[in-house]
Amino acid sequence: MTDATHVDGNALGGLLMEVFGREMTDAHGCCASCGKVHPLGAMRVYRSAGDVMRCPTCGNVTIVTVVIRERTRVHLGGVRWIEPLA
Amino acid sequence: MAGTAVLRRLTWAVAEVVDRIGETPRVLSLTCDVPDWPGHLPGQHIDVRLSAEDGYQAQRSYSISTPADGTRLTITVERLDDGEVSPYLTDVLEVGDRIELRGPIGGYFVWEPSRGGPLLLVAGGSGIAPLMAMLRARLQAGSDVPVRMLLSWRSGEDIIYADELDAIARDATGVEVTHTFTRSAPDGWTGRTGRLDRAALASLAWTPSERPLAYVCGPTGLVEAVASALVELGHDPARVLTERFGPTGG
Repeated sequence: MTDATHVDGNALGGLLMEVFGREMTDAHGCCASCGKVHPLGAMRVYRSAGDVMRCPTCGNVTIVTVVIRERTRVHLGGVRWIEPLA
Repeated sequence: MAGTAVLRRLTWAVAEVVDRIGETPRVLSLTCDVPDWPGHLPGQHIDVRLSAEDGYQAQRSYSISTPADGTRLTITVERLDDGEVSPYLTDVLEVGDRIELRGPIGGYFVWEPSRGGPLLLVAGGSGIAPLMAMLRARLQAGSDVPVRMLLSWRSGEDIIYADELDAIARDATGVEVTHTFTRSAPDGWTGRTGRLDRAALASLAWTPSERPLAYVCGPTGLVEAVASALVELGHDPARVLTERFGPTGG
């Protein structure tokens, strides 16, 4: 998890804002594996055909985003919860 | 964070290029005028989208390097020779051309004077862009938040905003700018060379007891090294904010 290929959750800010209709990089997310809470902007993002967001503490896959032909799907299987800032 | 929780649809806007400034042989600042731009915070970025006639689209994120200024914003783009988007922005786009962009984006890696400090701004190469927006905002606001900026460049010709940084280092109160060169220093350079490793950060960064707010931006390797070293030195991980470019940079 310490290779030099990942970026920060900040890089998904535009896509997440498109889906959720609000700024999400400062939203908090709780890792479903280790329970640690991080701002989504501080999660690690590995970019490929889809974007894979991982917990910076334990490396668990938290959120996956896939865009195919203008449709965007956000998989939230690896977060216990996400909470936008009030 | 005040001002970032506003519900707002993120839509693509057509912006007009109003200025181009060559910063280094490989880096260009592009100023755009965006109708209905809502303003932005230092540290925020935009997404830029290029569309080919056959419908193919390529999209990249670029940090904004200027504080809010009406409907104008500036991005600083490093030309990546094998890049899909940056060579178009640096080599092809001219003043008067239009590009598609959306933003502002980001509520995590942002700073405004009300967040206080002291501020530690650490950048590798074009990672300076969002930190420059923070520094410019701090100067523009007349804020007295103390700032230490640590900049790692490959060589002297890679320094972005060189004249402005020299003027700030000379004239601004409470702002210290330190350059280091990792490959070749300019002729006659008597300052620092080599990477921003733990020893360098121990002597140049604030002490952990001063509780600096640290923003680190650049290629992933540099950001990893600097952020880990700061935490090892005793800085609060929650006050070390990072923005990684990936392996190659902007």
